[in-house]
Amino acid sequence: MKELLVVSGKGGTGKTTIAAALAVLTQDKVIADCDVDAADLWLVLHPASIRKDAFRGLDKAIVDRNKCIGCGLCFEVCRFDAVGFEGQIAVINRDSCEGCGVCFRCCPQKAIEMKENIAGHVMESQTKYGYMVHAQLGVGEENSGRLVAEVRKRAREAAERLDARCVIIDGPPGIGCPVISAVTGVDMALVVTEPTVAGRHDLERILDLLSHFKVPAVVCVNKSDLDEGRSLEIAQYCASRCVEVVGEIPFDEDVPRTLAQGQALGTGQAAREMRRVADRVHSLMAI
Amino acid sequence: MIISIASGKGGTGKTTIATNLAQVISTEMDTWFLDCDVEAPNAHLFLTPQIDKTQDVSLLIPEVDDSKCDGCGVCDEVCAFNAIVVLGDKAMVFPEICHSCGGCSRCCPKKAISETPVRIGQVEAGRAGDIRFFRGVSDVGVAVVTPVVKAVKNKARLADENTAVLIDAPPGTGCPVVAAVSGSDYCVLVTEPTPFGLNDLKLAVQLVRHMGIDCGVVINRCGLTGSESDVDAYCESEGIPILARIPFDRRYAGCYARGGIWVNEFPELHNAFNALWASITAELAAGGSAQ
Repeated sequence: MKELLVVSGKGGTGKTTIAAALAVLTQDKVIADCDVDAADLWLVLHPASIRKDAFRGLDKAIVDRNKCIGCGLCFEVCRFDAVGFEGQIAVINRDSCEGCGVCFRCCPQKAIEMKENIAGHVMESQTKYGYMVHAQLGVGEENSGRLVAEVRKRAREAAERLDARCVIIDGPPGIGCPVISAVTGVDMALVVTEPTVAGRHDLERILDLLSHFKVPAVVCVNKSDLDEGRSLEIAQYCASRCVEVVGEIPFDEDVPRTLAQGQALGTGQAAREMRRVADRVHSLMAI
Repeated sequence: MIISIASGKGGTGKTTIATNLAQVISTEMDTWFLDCDVEAPNAHLFLTPQIDKTQDVSLLIPEVDDSKCDGCGVCDEVCAFNAIVVLGDKAMVFPEICHSCGGCSRCCPKKAISETPVRIGQVEAGRAGDIRFFRGVSDVGVAVVTPVVKAVKNKARLADENTAVLIDAPPGTGCPVVAAVSGSDYCVLVTEPTPFGLNDLKLAVQLVRHMGIDCGVVINRCGLTGSESDVDAYCESEGIPILARIPFDRRYAGCYARGGIWVNEFPELHNAFNALWASITAELAAGGSAQ
């Protein structure tokens, strides 16, 4: 069983659009939406829920007002500026608390408790195109990396159970915690970029990240005809890094129209190129 | 006054809106720009600042003195992030997932753990014309990026209240976004009229409301699909003002692609951003969209 990650560095280049196309065009797969901050694949794959479970983040600190004597030690030891005061009593700002538990351990009055924190939900669903694992992180929550790891673990388990040959992962934007959690150990990453200065800039960072974690990468240039010169520059840059460009998808108004209709793959010129990208990726991964 | 530009969904045009807004405001008043999208910082590509100062951002990471460590396992038990584990009879640190809470060094009964600063990124400061410019950049391979966001954010403290501080936030709704947006007087949420844009706008609205910050919406790429009316209906039902609508135009997309600034090239957009700024200041004066 193999894992294919669709990722981008820069947001909004078309990761989810291409992940949705791959979900339609790939045989025997499980789909995993790992953009847990802003999960969107469900909007075009229309999952029917099979199960939904609470995702427990790290426990967060809470002060027992009756025990706190206002000594301020918790304020001193907290490195996340999560402790404030209401009069003499310490108060924890839950949004800032990272759940390290240092205040809890240091409080001489034992006035701090670590309380269970539901940081989001993990869902398993059936779609027209196959089994899907997705999640939603609670707003402003930490632990997106752990939630991504949970989605991937469940998707792999489902793939084993269903005898699927691969997992297609829609990744989060950026190069930080949730992305690293999505990247580690996958068999291949399909990087979606666009021919803009910002797309080019962030492509370099995501390719650096992928080589740091020794993940083989291929690139696909989305909306490639918006700036053909820059698309060519991206192709040359990829060649210089020995990274294959598996497709150049033209800007096509059929794409937003298809998505607006809640469909995963259109019929226009862009959709045709996405089929070529899928074929190439399948043959590179032998899936 | 601090105004953050956020979105939920990536690629809706946060940086475009923020940089163009900065450009029009800076002709009127002292303007600072803070690029807090430290994983994918792009504003410098448009504002082309002269960087005159660069500062490392570091985290204090534990270091174990093997001659003192007896493998008792207290650090392993204390660490909520599994960033220090005892293997055999020695403690081992995984710096890339350490949150630098200081718990292990504080609790080690043998005083075998000290902390050393390890670089996770940098903050750059400079000037782009009349705009004072700051940006944070996280190092590749670093998972814990929020401290870099906070380091850029700290620069806002140096501004006086007559300065317009614009914050270009990262996408999403997680902790780096909270760090970027917190303390803002107003938040501009940029969306696009697609199902993805609307879904993520709703998440972003939940987040800023949870944080007690007033917000308004800019709809970018209007006319590309028919779902603009869905965004309108949502904003109306939630009582959120629509501050501006920017039409989709291939010329605008082309200008963005090469790193151009819209308001310098398209007079109609110059007017639109002046109007956007007027809407924001009116919202601020009226106490925003809070009911």
